[in-house]
Amino acid sequence: MEWINALIDAFLGTLIDVFPIAAILAFFQLVVLRQRIPNLGRVLLGFVYVILGLALFLVGLQEALFPIGELMATQLTDPAFIAPGRAIGTLDWADYYWVYLFAAAIGFSTTIAEPSLIAVANKASDLTGGTVNGWGLRIAVAIGVALAITVGAFRIITGTPLYLYMIAGYAIVVLQTLYAPRMIIPLAYDSGGVTTSTVTVPLVTALGLGLASTVPGRDPVLDGFGLIALASLFPMLSVMGYAQAGAWMAARQKRRANALSRITSTPPQPGSQR
Amino acid sequence: MVNRFLAFGSLLLSTARDVLPIVIVVAFFQLAVLQQPFPNLGQTLAGLVIVILGLTLFLQGLEMALFPIGEFLAGALARKGSLIWLLLFSFGLGFGTTVAEPSLIAVGDEAARVMAEGGFIGNDPDAMRSYALALRYTVAVSVGLAIVTGVFRILKGWPLHWIMIGGYVAVQGLTVVAPEEIIGIAYDSGGVTTSTVTVPLVTALGVGLATVIKGRNPAIDGFGLIAFASLSPMIFVLIFGMVF
Repeated sequence: MEWINALIDAFLGTLIDVFPIAAILAFFQLVVLRQRIPNLGRVLLGFVYVILGLALFLVGLQEALFPIGELMATQLTDPAFIAPGRAIGTLDWADYYWVYLFAAAIGFSTTIAEPSLIAVANKASDLTGGTVNGWGLRIAVAIGVALAITVGAFRIITGTPLYLYMIAGYAIVVLQTLYAPRMIIPLAYDSGGVTTSTVTVPLVTALGLGLASTVPGRDPVLDGFGLIALASLFPMLSVMGYAQAGAWMAARQKRRANALSRITSTPPQPGSQR
Repeated sequence: MVNRFLAFGSLLLSTARDVLPIVIVVAFFQLAVLQQPFPNLGQTLAGLVIVILGLTLFLQGLEMALFPIGEFLAGALARKGSLIWLLLFSFGLGFGTTVAEPSLIAVGDEAARVMAEGGFIGNDPDAMRSYALALRYTVAVSVGLAIVTGVFRILKGWPLHWIMIGGYVAVQGLTVVAPEEIIGIAYDSGGVTTSTVTVPLVTALGVGLATVIKGRNPAIDGFGLIAFASLSPMIFVLIFGMVF
């Protein structure tokens, strides 16, 4: 019974969420364009799938994963777990190693399951005919988020100001932009925004609040924020890095192949240069 | 019919693969690190099945509805040749998808609480509510303007990175002068605006436009709208924090 209520709530919530979008689409379709939508039946069925699927997804997360994840975040940040028998004030940032590992693992795994990232990765893979590999992109983004949440946890524990990390991150983004392959740049910038939606935000927020309320001298209100900001910055770095690594490997392979062909093949005849 | 079931089955399997890492992480920390049994194991497993089913349905619906309709409308509006309608559509899409966003509502309320505690606004429910509402509309307008800017960029073929770098410089400059309490909220507001339904639609808008307009490459020029939509709220919320 509790399940059914939660499901109905989530369903209504998703409906309210989708309503303004549907209204805008319908207005432009019916008033401005006045054209028939191709495959209208299929599109409407697709909307039903989207709303139903999102509602099921959210209810499942709320009932199954979030309670455990949030409980875990609280337990892992509890001083009694981190260093039993020691006063909280004597803890060093390095004592929180399980927290860093949890931050990285949860950042990585929730990003892999993030629906909007799957959508964008599929689109990018379709558009480039597979040059941008969907899985590769998602793993690159997930590594970025994992790093971001780890660094964010470190920042809360040490109490260093957020803007320093943001400035450094932006500086690296700018530098990488100059050197990364042109075609990855818009995708890399986009992947910052798509990572943080349904799955990642609640778990990461729980971790941030848990840390900020147990580490001495931190204010949950001021220091609990900022994990999301880092999680939207770091994927840009990792996606551009992924493309740079790919380009570098391709260039090296080409050089090697050239060198190999120079050794094995007969010297090029004059006039038959390619 | 059999084929459709098979297709759905394989989609279901690949979704299960997407969710598997979370299961491994949670199980590892629960059993090996915290060394505790699972509370309500049955409920957790049932929830997992629902998560996989829901994600599969969502992804299926995405291919059937959100991507095609977004690309169709973008293409039709571009061919209609009316810049005003295209930009209005872009603004409406950005504003409409953001103003009702649940995570934005949560961030708005949180921000109002922080500012009331800091003594920047009156510490009564009315003042806090109007502050939260004003912040929400600020962010929604900023996302609308971001999509308009992004669409304009695709039409003109401007390179994305100079605008983004300019935006970052603006964010950093404003950080210096904005009140300290608003900074964390402003930085986070960039990430929370782009929801699961917004991202595919906005991506489809960009890709659809870049496909129709001559001389644009959908893979390069089609992306970048989400980037604007996560940058501009930071700028607007920082300004908002200074004005109010």
